[in-house]
Amino acid sequence: MKLETNTTRARFRAITDNAVTLLAVLATVLVIAPLVAIFAYLIYRGYSSLSLDFFTRIPKPVGEKGGGMANAIVGSGILLALASVIGVPIGIGGGIFLAEFGRGTKLANSIRFTADVLNGVPSIVMGVAAYALIVSPHVRYLPILGHFSAFSGGVALGIMMIPTVCRTTEEMLLMVPHAVREAALGLGVPNWRSVLSITVRTASPGIITGCMLAFARVAGETAPLIFTALGNSFWSTSLNEPIAALPLQIYVYAISPYDEWHKLAWAGALVLIVLIVLAVSLVRYVTSRGVLKGAS
Amino acid sequence: MGVGIEVINLNAWYGANHTLQDINLNIPANHATALIGPSGCGKSTFVRCLNRMHETNPIARVTGTVRIGDLDIYEDAKPVEIRRRVGMVFQRPNPFPTMSIYDNVASGLKLNGFRNRHALDAIVERSLKDSALWDEVKDDLKKKSGASLSGGQQQRLCIARALAVDPEVLLMDEPASALDPVSTSKIEDLIFQLKSQYTIVIVTHNMQQAARVAEKTGFFLNGRMVEFDSTHKIFTNPSDKRTEDYITGRFG
Repeated sequence: MKLETNTTRARFRAITDNAVTLLAVLATVLVIAPLVAIFAYLIYRGYSSLSLDFFTRIPKPVGEKGGGMANAIVGSGILLALASVIGVPIGIGGGIFLAEFGRGTKLANSIRFTADVLNGVPSIVMGVAAYALIVSPHVRYLPILGHFSAFSGGVALGIMMIPTVCRTTEEMLLMVPHAVREAALGLGVPNWRSVLSITVRTASPGIITGCMLAFARVAGETAPLIFTALGNSFWSTSLNEPIAALPLQIYVYAISPYDEWHKLAWAGALVLIVLIVLAVSLVRYVTSRGVLKGAS
Repeated sequence: MGVGIEVINLNAWYGANHTLQDINLNIPANHATALIGPSGCGKSTFVRCLNRMHETNPIARVTGTVRIGDLDIYEDAKPVEIRRRVGMVFQRPNPFPTMSIYDNVASGLKLNGFRNRHALDAIVERSLKDSALWDEVKDDLKKKSGASLSGGQQQRLCIARALAVDPEVLLMDEPASALDPVSTSKIEDLIFQLKSQYTIVIVTHNMQQAARVAEKTGFFLNGRMVEFDSTHKIFTNPSDKRTEDYITGRFG
């Protein structure tokens, strides 16, 4: 039978093809639209309040013009750095255990279950937990405990990062083809070495994405910081004292009755989003520089 | 130099599945030995028992004796030591995707703690020349990923990677079954050259391939070795009816 190109069937197929493509494009637009809308609105509301002062000054008292969020920007940076130092290694380590060493054991199954539950815990509860563990107890030789501090805020955010990092690391490691592991074992490489140098390395792009997701998620968290980092209207970079953070500052300014502060809150939200995008892009750039031509 | 392999009463299981039953044979040093047989007959399991890869599967079990040279591999040594002396090339090319061509070849040494850069350069070059890949990749050694090569090149890269650790035995589990005819003939030429330095055991579905590259051939069926003899005899005048049926294409 000859394949006809001009029959009704062929035309029907072409139409279906176009319709499905159109649906896919529409879905993509729907997914991207909210992001673009939020971003555009933030620029519209916040851009006019952005100035050099915003990035270099600390907040001014009510009624005075000007002032910025420099302390909150630096504070967010410190909190997120501390959170990453806690959340990334523990999360990746846990993921490696789940996927490679503990696969199928009772311990691994209970860790996986715990991580999933932890992932679903509301962030405000995480803040209360950090409050109960770090802010409220007074221990004589541990002066870092017993008061609001950047340390407690970083720990709260770090714990929030662990389940996301852990589970994505596990998923990414499980996606590494069995053939790659066998190749390493076939060369007489000990199992632990093969896991760290071959499997984790092969999965590293996905693991980094997981870390970035967790980072971006906690970067905007406000609730866990209310009971821990508390916020600070002055300069502080000490881990031992309350510290300002962008989300906290935005929250305080947004619910205040002052027009001037509302504008600054919009600007703060814009800066927060831009900084997260910048941080994620920077990590992507740095980690992609070593990637070779043709690597998956 | 290659060493001979002596297999005595080898039995292997996957769970309750008795995949290898009472295998006895002597594989001569510095020759290529082909193993043929229908799918699922146990020939892959057999080569995986020769470098203790079979037992990496938690449900797998092995009994019996395998002597490689003077070494009883199930009694006298740890699996990682055996695998350094017995290289393996798998059915599908499996280069490390995130590593450069150079690092792929050097990986076996590097991951075992070998750090002498100068010696490493020389070994990488020699291994790539031995696997007939050097001329095609020498300009991109550290620039391109192992995964960027064509299938046939990837398989020769995997052979180079296995040769770099200087094994005495090279096990090849259907090394050309995923490749086109041109790449296949390159791999066969390679086997022909390599057997002066290594003992080669090659599993293959392709009977012409066995006839071309191997001096000795073993025929496996349902987990047993039916016949083991010189390739010429197996293909022209087999002693066992089942071997003859398989060779002439009556089943399998």
